[in-house]
Amino acid sequence: MSKTVLEVNNLSKQYRLGQVGTGTISHDLNRFWYKIRGKEDPYLKVSETNIRSVGSESKYVWALKDVSFDLQEGEVLGVIGKNGAGKSTLLKMLSRITSPTEGSIKLKGRMSALLEVGTGFHMELTGRENIFLNGAILGMTKKEISSKLDEIVEFSGCSRYLDTPVKRYSSGMIVRLGFAVAAHLESEILIVDEVLAVGDQEFQNKSIGKMQDISKTGRTVIFVSHNLNSIKSLCTKGLLIENGKSVFFGDIDSTISKYLSSGNAANQHMIDFENNTDRTGNGHLKFQNVSLFANDTPTNKLFTGDKLKLRIRIKSYSSVRFIVAVHLYNSSEIRLSNVTNMDSNFSFSPFKGEQEFDIEFDSMMLYTDTYKISLWVGDPATHENIDYIKHCCEFEIVEGSPIINRALPKSTGILFMQPEWTIINKK
Amino acid sequence: MFTKEEKNTDSAHNNWDLIIESKSNKSSFNIRELIKYKDLILMFVKRDFVSLYKQTILGPLWVIIQPVLTTITFTIVFGKIAQIDVGAGLPPILFYMLGITTWTYFADCITKTSETFTANQNIFGKVYFPRLTTPLSVVITNLIKLAIQFTLFLAIYFYFKLFTDITIQIAWHLTLIPVLVITMAFLGLGIGLIISSLTTKYRDLKFLITFGVQLAMYATPVVYPLKNVPENYRWLLQLNPMTNIIETFKIGFFGIENGVFSIYYLGYSIIATFVIFILGLQLFTRVEKSFMDTI
Repeated sequence: MSKTVLEVNNLSKQYRLGQVGTGTISHDLNRFWYKIRGKEDPYLKVSETNIRSVGSESKYVWALKDVSFDLQEGEVLGVIGKNGAGKSTLLKMLSRITSPTEGSIKLKGRMSALLEVGTGFHMELTGRENIFLNGAILGMTKKEISSKLDEIVEFSGCSRYLDTPVKRYSSGMIVRLGFAVAAHLESEILIVDEVLAVGDQEFQNKSIGKMQDISKTGRTVIFVSHNLNSIKSLCTKGLLIENGKSVFFGDIDSTISKYLSSGNAANQHMIDFENNTDRTGNGHLKFQNVSLFANDTPTNKLFTGDKLKLRIRIKSYSSVRFIVAVHLYNSSEIRLSNVTNMDSNFSFSPFKGEQEFDIEFDSMMLYTDTYKISLWVGDPATHENIDYIKHCCEFEIVEGSPIINRALPKSTGILFMQPEWTIINKK
Repeated sequence: MFTKEEKNTDSAHNNWDLIIESKSNKSSFNIRELIKYKDLILMFVKRDFVSLYKQTILGPLWVIIQPVLTTITFTIVFGKIAQIDVGAGLPPILFYMLGITTWTYFADCITKTSETFTANQNIFGKVYFPRLTTPLSVVITNLIKLAIQFTLFLAIYFYFKLFTDITIQIAWHLTLIPVLVITMAFLGLGIGLIISSLTTKYRDLKFLITFGVQLAMYATPVVYPLKNVPENYRWLLQLNPMTNIIETFKIGFFGIENGVFSIYYLGYSIIATFVIFILGLQLFTRVEKSFMDTI
């Protein structure tokens, strides 16, 4: 019954690093020279995979390398990955904005991409004119748009302003109008970027509802978002991309848990300090390792409000008295707190040998960001360093927490608070 | 990790509606797809027309004011001051107006289509549609402008012909006007396509185009009749395809002795236009697939 409507084979995209311009002509001529002799493009070979932090000699880089997957009719695919993993590159190739360097995409039926709402809106034109213009850009014919005009206008909620130039609209109205047009596309395959992250809460719910309706009508949808929550509620399948490579393709729940537990060397849930040379202190005690748990699952990625547990192993070489402190920094190097065992009325007794202990934070009410942890053990009286490892591990608060119902840009705060609001006097 | 080698064999039986591959050296021109998007071309034309003169007092009148003011300037500078002989008994104002109207159409087609990629990168970066719709809509928008300006020219032309003593000859070449307009459109489009394709990578051409088109006007008999050029150098100007087109216009409206016409040179212009257009189309459809990476 189900048929494959989209097949992606070994899709790859190469980009050139640095300034385009210098040496462009010479590279072009060189390519041309190889081509007329029937040889392979010399610059395709030299590039490397896209790990941004690692420097490299090569001027070319694979933003996406050998990504393959296929979709059956009616499946909703969520593409997950960190910023820069290659999600947008994949979208751009799927939506035919740029062509792949290698590999192929095969599909059945019409495909439309929604990378932005209201693409091509002209500020001087009226709402009605823009509906037709935007619809035509997205591939609808005039007849199709005319037959759906009433629905589109109703969905957007802009009927009063239909004959007013769009430049007089509020930005929210423009977004609503744009989404309304896009939501009435009739293509069999729909590609949606994080357009849902715009507009007010009411409209976001409306859009998500509309997206769910669309996916229920048997159409195939590819959805890219940072918001794991909306991905979870919309998608049936998941594709996890890391550093330009597809790491996992399967059902959505496994993809999300794979994403949450994944990490590269600098960014693991368990870190061993055996060979750490960055430490300072007199060495009476030494931290051995630290593991991170979110809601008791070993991972260093968690949602706002999750329980964070640090499991620390420490080795003592002589029986000295000590206190332990955990310093918490955000990505802007602001120290958020200095947590010590004394503050929790917990005390270690002097010992020799190894000990393991847990520190549990009930709920991490923090904004989405990457946080660093430093560990300190010192003398209770003099505060002399016994062992101190700065920024020894990181954890990430990822978007999509079930307790947050709006977009939470990290520039707007650090602490997420949910106080109780009560009206005590009403006249 | 997910190799699809075994899948490839059975998918060969499937008939896909669209296959996107990396063949960067293959032109992607697809006339059927372009026809499917004809509504979009018309929407672009409408957008350009409606938006151009919004919030101006004179509105679409500007379409007429531009050539009128230029004609007056040219008549004063080239007719009165430089005293260029435009032809026996021919009102200079008609001579310049015809030249300017036709040349402006051609020049606008080039300069506007040559901006296709740079001016539309925001839209092109967000949604796919056949990119050729944009330059085509530019040519059509300008065609409407040409029609308006031509009507004005005809009004002045008939005023001179009917209400003054000046006798103006006409010739059978008038029947060629549709061919001439189409040739101009495709020539402007072709050159614009070539330049727009090359500017995505080499921005130098952007600087060349603005004054290049201005200078090209002087290599075309717009402000002077070709007859004034010594006979043994004329071929040099006639290598410019626009020369033969504008001269044919002039013969048609002003009579056989007020222009130079040769069916061979006009044929050459048409063939040259065809070659340039095909070349532009090839380049454009090749660049459109990957220009987002280089722009």
